[in-house]
Amino acid sequence: MSSQRPSAWYAVPAFAFFALFAALPMLLVIYLSFTAWDGLGTPALNGGENWSRLLEDSEARASVWRTLVLMVVSWLVQTPIALLIGVWAAGKQRSRAVLSSIFFLPLLLSTAAIALLWQALLEPNFGAFVGGPLFLGDPDIALYTVVLVISWQFIPFHTLLYQGAARAVPASLYEAATIDGASRVSKFRHITLPQLRYTVVTSSVLMLVGSLTTFDTVLILTNGGPGTATRILPLHMYITGFSGFEMGYASTIAVVLVVLGTALSLAVMRWSGFRQMSSQQEGS
Amino acid sequence: MTAVVSACGTSGPGESNAGALKIWALEDPVLNKIENKSIDSFKAGGGNASLETFGNDPYKQRLRVAIGSPQAPDLFFNWGGGNLKEYVDAGKVADLTQVLEENKAAKDAFIPSVLNGAKLGDKYYGVPMRGMQPVLLFFNKKVFTEAGAQPPTTWDELLAVVDTFKAKGITPIALAGTQAWTELMWAEYVLDRVAGPEVFKNIRDKGPEGWKDPAVVESMTKLKDLIDRGAFGSNFASVGYDAGGASTILAQGKAAMHLMGSWEYTNQLDQSPDFVKNGDLGWIAFPSIPGGKGDAGNLVGNVSNFYSATQDSKSLDAAKKFVTTELHKDSYIEALVEAGDVPPVVGAEEKLKKSPNPEYASFIYELVLDSKNFQLSWDQDLPADDATFMLTQLQEFFLGKVSPQQFVDAVAAR
Repeated sequence: MSSQRPSAWYAVPAFAFFALFAALPMLLVIYLSFTAWDGLGTPALNGGENWSRLLEDSEARASVWRTLVLMVVSWLVQTPIALLIGVWAAGKQRSRAVLSSIFFLPLLLSTAAIALLWQALLEPNFGAFVGGPLFLGDPDIALYTVVLVISWQFIPFHTLLYQGAARAVPASLYEAATIDGASRVSKFRHITLPQLRYTVVTSSVLMLVGSLTTFDTVLILTNGGPGTATRILPLHMYITGFSGFEMGYASTIAVVLVVLGTALSLAVMRWSGFRQMSSQQEGS
Repeated sequence: MTAVVSACGTSGPGESNAGALKIWALEDPVLNKIENKSIDSFKAGGGNASLETFGNDPYKQRLRVAIGSPQAPDLFFNWGGGNLKEYVDAGKVADLTQVLEENKAAKDAFIPSVLNGAKLGDKYYGVPMRGMQPVLLFFNKKVFTEAGAQPPTTWDELLAVVDTFKAKGITPIALAGTQAWTELMWAEYVLDRVAGPEVFKNIRDKGPEGWKDPAVVESMTKLKDLIDRGAFGSNFASVGYDAGGASTILAQGKAAMHLMGSWEYTNQLDQSPDFVKNGDLGWIAFPSIPGGKGDAGNLVGNVSNFYSATQDSKSLDAAKKFVTTELHKDSYIEALVEAGDVPPVVGAEEKLKKSPNPEYASFIYELVLDSKNFQLSWDQDLPADDATFMLTQLQEFFLGKVSPQQFVDAVAAR
């Protein structure tokens, strides 16, 4: 361990920024979660009323469950696809570069455009699947449709991560394996995948925390509907706060979101051994 | 600036720093122009004002945040009813009763039942500034003629035509079910026809307990029969009104009827002009329900939109002057008529004959004049938290996930 660390004063701007734009608002939200406030006048402290209401709010429970489903299913859908395409795109042939850039297009569209585009495509009377399943109208499949749209939007980003990481795998490892007569599949399993381990962690953290706070796509695409079939926790918070104007209770839900998000990131870090991260290359 | 102050004789000497009257309204490409003209006219009379407009949801949020702050507008657009009541209860809205009494010409210009839309207790808190928007049953005349059917005037006739169209593979009633307020129109009319307006007035005035009136379950059961009969087809839950879904299937003859606010006419004219110009768009009042207590002439919808003045406004006198001079001026009313709106003023019959759609405008006008009760949409008439909860329950009800009794239990337990 080197003792030549920069002075702690260098951290002051960052800390000030964090205090002003993260810590302070968070403290305010925690305060608001103990108040009744309809947005008019001043918030009035109401003890733990919002919190006991949260425990009894079946809609909040259901929306936590939907959020978890969304999170897990979109991880399951996005990770293998992004991994495979990313590794494939790391190759050097010309066609790959062209195909990859076409593939990145969704990443360039704004979320609102994507949501409106899919809403139009899935419209039951005039969309692209007339007479097919009611993708956004059937409460049993609407949430999975949302997952597909979100995946379509974000797989390119994760592909980019995997592509970069796959390119950084030393060619010598593959050359050695080729001499030993390893097949493509076993090279992927025994070289590529282990080398990409930390990229998987990074991408997963981004995906999981990202799904937890997914909001805009769902707001525009379904607004939580049909009924409450896609009302995930952030949307439940938004509807409570900005349609029902129950700002106090909405703040309570916001605190839950912060806690869930933090716990999730910490858990992923811990399980994946991210904190002991070090280079796996020989000699370092 | 000096010109403004010196010309503004009604404002006191302390008013020297009062800037332009800040007016907030909902965005509408056609009506905003007219509203801007009313501001020009106000300026010509020595006042000064400016208009800022917002989309629907952003507006509600912006107003909520701004109203107690120095950024608050002096005059703000609203829907009257419970929506306005929250602001009145918080002490944010100026009482306009006295100024309306002093300006009889202004007060008497408006249809009393509409002016009452912004009356809380015995005080007036707003002045109508846009047209009346009752909810009507629109239908496709061509589709009805081809099926040999008549537009329904009673509930039983409605059920019969639903079966007729279903058998022909036409969606009987278009419904934009991604937006709960379209479904709400059905619940409002059925309850009103079954039990009259008092049941909902009770809910509004005495709180959620009012939902327990047996008439609510009765009317929701009737509505459930209609849904289960397939009246709305099977895919309504993913049809959007703003996206034009419901209106388009009506215009294309894929659906036979559509219950919607009076703005549907201009909407159709805009999106499917031929459908309207060929005379295929028909409209009637909501069918009566035989045996029901509600008068068949009762209406639901947006009574009108109102301008209300903020209590803390620095230009309160100017705001009061604006609402008592500009909103019933002939030029303003005529401009509204010309844009296809039906202004809420008495004696507009002659003006409406010059409207671009005289037949339609006169129909709405007569309908409102003849109605014994004009119920403001429930989601505007209830406090925002109760309304939001109710709309969610209603969507679950239309999906068949919640029974009439469960709906009542849920909203009564709020």
